[in-house]
Amino acid sequence: MAAGCTFFGGYPITPSSGIAEQMVRSLPGAGGVFVQMEDEIASLAAVIGASLAGSKAMTATSGPGFSLMQEHIGYAAMAEVPCVIVNVMRGGPSTGLPTSPSQGDVMQARWGTHGDHPAIVLAPSSVGEVYDLTVKAFNLAERFRTPVIVLYDEIVGHTRESVTLSPSVEVVDRVAPDAGLQNFLPKAAQANGVPPMSGFGDGYRFHVTGLAHDERGFPTEDAEVAGDLITRLHTKVEDHADEITDVETFMMDDADIAIFAIGIVGRSAREAVGQARAAGAKVGLIRPVTLWPFPSAEVAAVAEQVDTLIVAEMNLGQMIGEVERAAGQRTHIVSHLRADGEPITPSALLDVIESSSRSEEGS
Amino acid sequence: MNDVKKYLREWAMPHVLCPGCAHGIVLRSFLEAVDQLQLAQDQVAMVAGIGCSSRLAGYADFCTLHGTHGRAPAFATGLKLARPELDVVVVTGDGDGLAIGGNHLIHAARRNIDITVLLLNNSIYGMTGGQVAPTSPEGTVASTTPSGNTEPPFDPCQLLLGAGASYVARVLAATPTEMTKVMADAILHPGFAFIEVVADCPEYFGRYNKAGGGAEMLTQLAGRDTGVAVQLADKRFVNHIPSSETAPGLQTGVLRRETRPVFSGVRGGGDHGA
Repeated sequence: MAAGCTFFGGYPITPSSGIAEQMVRSLPGAGGVFVQMEDEIASLAAVIGASLAGSKAMTATSGPGFSLMQEHIGYAAMAEVPCVIVNVMRGGPSTGLPTSPSQGDVMQARWGTHGDHPAIVLAPSSVGEVYDLTVKAFNLAERFRTPVIVLYDEIVGHTRESVTLSPSVEVVDRVAPDAGLQNFLPKAAQANGVPPMSGFGDGYRFHVTGLAHDERGFPTEDAEVAGDLITRLHTKVEDHADEITDVETFMMDDADIAIFAIGIVGRSAREAVGQARAAGAKVGLIRPVTLWPFPSAEVAAVAEQVDTLIVAEMNLGQMIGEVERAAGQRTHIVSHLRADGEPITPSALLDVIESSSRSEEGS
Repeated sequence: MNDVKKYLREWAMPHVLCPGCAHGIVLRSFLEAVDQLQLAQDQVAMVAGIGCSSRLAGYADFCTLHGTHGRAPAFATGLKLARPELDVVVVTGDGDGLAIGGNHLIHAARRNIDITVLLLNNSIYGMTGGQVAPTSPEGTVASTTPSGNTEPPFDPCQLLLGAGASYVARVLAATPTEMTKVMADAILHPGFAFIEVVADCPEYFGRYNKAGGGAEMLTQLAGRDTGVAVQLADKRFVNHIPSSETAPGLQTGVLRRETRPVFSGVRGGGDHGA
């Protein structure tokens, strides 16, 4: 709401329902609207409708609901409708482990919907960071006219902890077209690759579609126009990846072992790094705060520096492929996985650090 | 008849519809209704799903949203809640609205969100090449029922009456003047208004079932009109055409018009109040 959100459309699902329950209390008094829809497909459709009407809009869900939302994540990407989707990950697949944490949706968040599409995914590890990154998600959605996903897990979602909120936050609004244009082209991009956006009822009449379309927003099967559109949807994000990317590093200056982890695993890893340092090991942490676009350059730099890179994730190995691609042959990569609904603990990571240290000494 | 060209995107023509398809007649009736009501053109939002009927939105010069298959009522719900001053009209079809989108349609009706839904029922999937639809009568030959459909069809109006729609009407694409009157009536209705527009598909339904071309199909449709529902009797325009003996009758006109609280989401100043 600090970012200007005035619409929430959602459907109950553990462990994300608390967000809807808070929004229904907070939005009406602040001029906003809440609606509980009939399913997650409808929830994101309503959010997109509200965004096209000029509102900043969001929804929140978990794995099974996130699967249902994929249809409209693609629609929002294609039609360039800003919106924010929170996915509080739980164990999967299917109904899985509804009240247990997981990081099983990191690839779904990137590639879940069909077709080539851009993705911006933010991965907070604490309650305070959920606040900061949700504001950032709205700002990025408005700036790039694209859906932005805030991805965390059941532990972060259910944790209660003290936070200090910034007294004021930077708020970015979508760019409106100039008034009084004779020939408003709703999909004509500015130099940054993003078209100015008019709302329904603002005065311009225009068409919005999920079909490939031209600058008028009208369907086309022209290969050149369709190709240019898909390319622009990517480049408007990828060309600004350095402004979107955010990576936290901890004790990396002299590290020869690093842990790569996101979200709650990053928090366990931070604790493990502290304990390992106390025991004399030169260990550091790299935690992508922006998961997608993937921080390949930052991972490559870490890989260049360390002898061992431990990739810890609460799934059966979804991010390691990305890490390997970024790291190349620069370092030895160790995978540490857990997908049973239990978190990766600091002590488990300490064991991995210890065995990695031993193998380094042995090599 | 009024000149409705100002409501058309002529630059977007030629359109995708087949010869003999009545969807153009339906669009014209809708534009006539908008003109009669003198709705502000900038404040009309037309929300469509996927299918032949849904393509109509692209040719209408309003704010038009061509969404995803079956989800138009859900898009329209968010749009209307975020900007209540818009006149929001959903245009959908029998496959879009009653198969993949059936859930969204009945929930929009239950909530009584203030939108108008035009469901163009041609009893077949046209856009994808003539597959059987949830309103295809038993025995219908379609590309996915080559030996004849064995599933019983929905009656769209009965479904929406059951779902609690506060306004339900049926019109025939064969009677455009009455269609315009009912559409104008529905747009003015405060709350969820549903109109089943019984239309033809000569290209697939007609060809597969030897039902003739567009003109023959519309004439046959008109012959199935069993007369007008009581509530619209005073607004009846066309003369009654005797019911055909070979096809079941279709009651036309307004089947329900009732006033109940209009849904506006959970917002300041009360949860429901219009």
